[in-house]
Amino acid sequence: MKKFLLTSVLAVLAPVLAQAQGLTMGLGGNVTSLDPHYHSAGPNSAFAYTIFSRLTETDENSRVLPGLAESWKMIDPLTWEFRLRKGVKFHNGNDFTAEDVVFTFARIPRVVNSPGPYTSYLRGISATEIVDPYTLRIKTEYPVPILPLMMHNIAILDSATHANATTEDFNAGRALIGTGPFRYVSGSTNAGIKLARNKDFWGPAPDWESVDYRIITNSAARTAAFLAGDVDLIDQVASADVPRISQNANAKVVSKVGLRLMYINLDNARTKDPVFLTDNAGKPLATNPLKDVRVRKALSLAIDRQVLADRVMDGTAIPSMQYMPPDAYGFAKDLAPSSADPAGAKKLLAEAGYPEGFRITLHGSNDRFPNDARVLQAIGQMWTRIGVRTAVDAMPYGPFQSRASAQEFAAFLGTWGSSGEPGIGMTNTLATFDKAKGTGSINRGRYSNPAFDQALAAATSEMDDAKREAMLQDVTRMLVADMPILPLYIQKNVWAVKKGFSYAGRADEASMPQDVHPSR
Amino acid sequence: MTSLDPSDSDIAPPRSRSPARRIWRAFVGSRLAVTGLGVLLGLILLAVFGPLVVPQDPYDLMQLDVLDGQLSPGSPSAAGYTYWLGTDDQGRDMLSGIVYGLRTSLMVGVVSALAAAILGTSIGIFAAYRGGRIEALVMRVIDLQLSFPTILIALMILAVLGRGVMNVVLALVIVEWATYARVARSVAMVERRKEYIEAEECLVIPRWRILFQHLLPNCLPPLIVIATVQTGRAITLEATLSFLGIGVPITEPSLGLLIANGYQYLLSGKYWISLYPGLMLLVIILAINLVGDHLRDVINVRRLQ
Amino acid sequence: MLAWFARRIVQSLIVVVAMTIIVFLAVNVIGDPAAILISPDANQIERERIIAQLGLDQPLWRQYFSFLAGALQGNFGNSFVYGMPALQVILERMPATIELAIGTMIVSLLFGVPLGLYTGLHPESLPAKIAMSGSIIGFSVPVFWLGLILILIFSVQFGWFPAGGRGETGQLFGIEWSFMTGNGLRHLALPVMTLAIFKISLVMRMVRAGVRDVLPQEYVKFARAKGLKRPRILYVHVLKNIMIPVVTIIGLEFGSLIAFSVVTESIFAWPGMGKLIIDSINMLDRPMIVAYLIIIVFLFVAINLIVDILYTLLDPRVRLSSF
Repeated sequence: MKKFLLTSVLAVLAPVLAQAQGLTMGLGGNVTSLDPHYHSAGPNSAFAYTIFSRLTETDENSRVLPGLAESWKMIDPLTWEFRLRKGVKFHNGNDFTAEDVVFTFARIPRVVNSPGPYTSYLRGISATEIVDPYTLRIKTEYPVPILPLMMHNIAILDSATHANATTEDFNAGRALIGTGPFRYVSGSTNAGIKLARNKDFWGPAPDWESVDYRIITNSAARTAAFLAGDVDLIDQVASADVPRISQNANAKVVSKVGLRLMYINLDNARTKDPVFLTDNAGKPLATNPLKDVRVRKALSLAIDRQVLADRVMDGTAIPSMQYMPPDAYGFAKDLAPSSADPAGAKKLLAEAGYPEGFRITLHGSNDRFPNDARVLQAIGQMWTRIGVRTAVDAMPYGPFQSRASAQEFAAFLGTWGSSGEPGIGMTNTLATFDKAKGTGSINRGRYSNPAFDQALAAATSEMDDAKREAMLQDVTRMLVADMPILPLYIQKNVWAVKKGFSYAGRADEASMPQDVHPSR
Repeated sequence: MTSLDPSDSDIAPPRSRSPARRIWRAFVGSRLAVTGLGVLLGLILLAVFGPLVVPQDPYDLMQLDVLDGQLSPGSPSAAGYTYWLGTDDQGRDMLSGIVYGLRTSLMVGVVSALAAAILGTSIGIFAAYRGGRIEALVMRVIDLQLSFPTILIALMILAVLGRGVMNVVLALVIVEWATYARVARSVAMVERRKEYIEAEECLVIPRWRILFQHLLPNCLPPLIVIATVQTGRAITLEATLSFLGIGVPITEPSLGLLIANGYQYLLSGKYWISLYPGLMLLVIILAINLVGDHLRDVINVRRLQ
Repeated sequence: MLAWFARRIVQSLIVVVAMTIIVFLAVNVIGDPAAILISPDANQIERERIIAQLGLDQPLWRQYFSFLAGALQGNFGNSFVYGMPALQVILERMPATIELAIGTMIVSLLFGVPLGLYTGLHPESLPAKIAMSGSIIGFSVPVFWLGLILILIFSVQFGWFPAGGRGETGQLFGIEWSFMTGNGLRHLALPVMTLAIFKISLVMRMVRAGVRDVLPQEYVKFARAKGLKRPRILYVHVLKNIMIPVVTIIGLEFGSLIAFSVVTESIFAWPGMGKLIIDSINMLDRPMIVAYLIIIVFLFVAINLIVDILYTLLDPRVRLSSF
């Protein structure tokens, strides 16, 4: 008992001590590379942004903020001018100038074997021009209104230090020299990384003398490490663990509506001989019922999005009919999620010629997104209730994603995580698959609607922010009217922080030590 | 009245009975083992007829309601009955789920362990008996098999044959046979160099008879230990595959999948989702092991001879 | 002896080649690495360029032969995911797994053999019966469940052991080991306990079965009649004779501990190879899977080699030339 008391006292004292010392983070995303230009994936970027800075940054709602660029302006639709911050130094003392930006842009296409190249964010850029060491002009082939937003993905390297730096140099820590709030001390992704405060940081001084950056991919292990007091903050808290953590007097759960929409992708490609669709006797159907907008609407009406968000996701999601969450750029207020209407759904099915329904198999992953397998089963229940008898097949992400990309499914759980605006998401997932234009690259249902394509293309090349937002909202309305996909919900990002720490949360999934502060 | 039946032990001189009867006699001597057998038979009956009495078909999505999800034991259902053991996240009645899951788990465990035992033991003994190139070949195939991750095998089967309970059984057999083969061979190797086998070889007794009538029974005791352990292991391995998302279909949970699903709720105190299927699993494996342990003792040929 | 050894090596190389072919086919069957790896932001042209860079646009047989060509020069290819030489990524994580496996084997032998001897010699005693029933729990509880329960009890509730990670490491032979520091040992405790519970049960049962099998045999009776002391009978005659199946199983279990502590490593955030292989399989990172399995094949071949040599030491009737 005495020992127990002692440990309790220590547990209470721990946060106070931690404040003076540093921060220990337990993060769920697997950082696969420390090279900031190797693989564009959330966890890799979040780590890179602690060491490196970018021309622009984003706030907690993913709106653009100045970064290494103090300001920027559009000179003409094909030319941007960025004014760079003066007096910024890399961790090794080198000065930051426009030269470094040009070097960085040139390095990105040269990173070999990258499975997720950062070239996507440089798309359209045709030339850079150094006006003076602190003024940079960027020219594009075609209008790229979201160029300043795109710049927040690009970690700026030092032309002197990184001239010959390889991915291996970054992974070994040798090349982890940036202008960011923390500097690399020691460690690797599998052993955990130790960071120290960059005293010369150009922005607000970081609060932590040292940061222990640990990767704990298993969510139960992450929660356990937090409850045991091993770490001060965890991200991607499993929805089932939220009540337990909330009860703890020494902990706080922080959640923030994110930018990841989960939706049901429907097979819009096959007109005849659909796969994973049969009549009630199990015989193949001659035509694809999913090509009929009434059937798609019926399937949408059958889904109780509020139940998905509140019960299946345990409150860690909000129902949504569109890519963007409320308050984000491009959100259309009038498109409120419809409540479930099984009777109306049945009526629509009957009108479409399926009064008795049909059978379908719903596919999805079971190890990738929060509660993915549970969501699939719940939708299976809801569809079965309107007469669309649903078999659910949840499988690991690897085989699932391969087969989904090969368009082997009738319906599957898909997703898109936006970065601050809805145009890219809709272009990649719903615009007509067109290699020459580079649109619809992951349009796995092969939805194709010329009117939609045209409106979307017009919107994404509109240079006026306010006008573009209105146009994107119109495109979103077209999407909800035609229902090529069934939007379900937008996830909340959930963190748990120990008492003594304060953290506001971010809409993007990045958990960064510079955003964590000691609470007063 | 005098019986003329020579097997009537009252008058017939004591003679050796068939091995099966001998084993049975010795077996019923242990109360613990008989209890184990009784429990096992009871569970099999429950697995076969249970679905007729439980209130819900947990495999039918129509009968589930996610609004009844995560209810604690004793909560009433919308349909009027009581969830005595609570519900899982999909509103599946845990009692019904356990009865259905028992059926799947028993099938998966017993069928895969039996098939793997028969296959592995035969291959192992054959290899040890033949020796030479065949033995070397078998041993290298075993090396190959043992170094191949279960998850990769299960994923391959999932990709080629699709999802299904029998496919999980197949994966488990492919995984497990090598262990039996390795052990059977190691025991047989020692046995075959003993005098009695050499004597039989001199007597030109057919090879298959040497193998199955003489070599096999003498290799059995350690193999039965492995088999009882591996039956339990097969059931838990199926649970682990389900935990990794490559086991039985999620809408037709086995005990293992129920435990794996409930696992996420352990930290938040919703113990019933994984505790009750876990207890059931424990009882099955306990029963199998009580039977197995005693069986091994009574089959131990040398003790009886 | 030397000829036997050489033959073994040649056979093992054939096994390795067979393994690589199977892995190439397996990954091809399971899915398309490009579909999983390539980030959703990439457009079709970027996608095609990546596929070509990774060599995934080539026919499978050509991909295989270019792998073979590299492998002959000691290059097993770069990981798709990590962008680093696959072998290097694996070797970096090997010590963590090896110390987990060795720790587990030590604990299981330390507990399993004495328990097995005791229960074998006194099968009807109460402690033996308790131990036997208790051991059943050891293999009826799935590891993922057991691990979390241990964390809940010993880390969350009592705070005696950390919930995960390797903790501080110390250097030995230029490699970082957790068992070199007190803090690291504390981190080892729970994962070792999780893995050892199954192995203790297994070893104990194997030993017990062996004792029960050997005791009634003539030579033991003879030894007793000769008036040999009980401990001598036990340790020299009984133990030696039951060791063949025990050694076989221990060898196999040690191999599987190193190769597939997948679940334990992810629950305890233990940065070892088991966690790596499951991540690699999930991402269909073929170069990693191939390199990993080649290492594992050699590991099992080595273990079997040692086990076979141990047979000859334990039982002179077994000769190496017979393998």
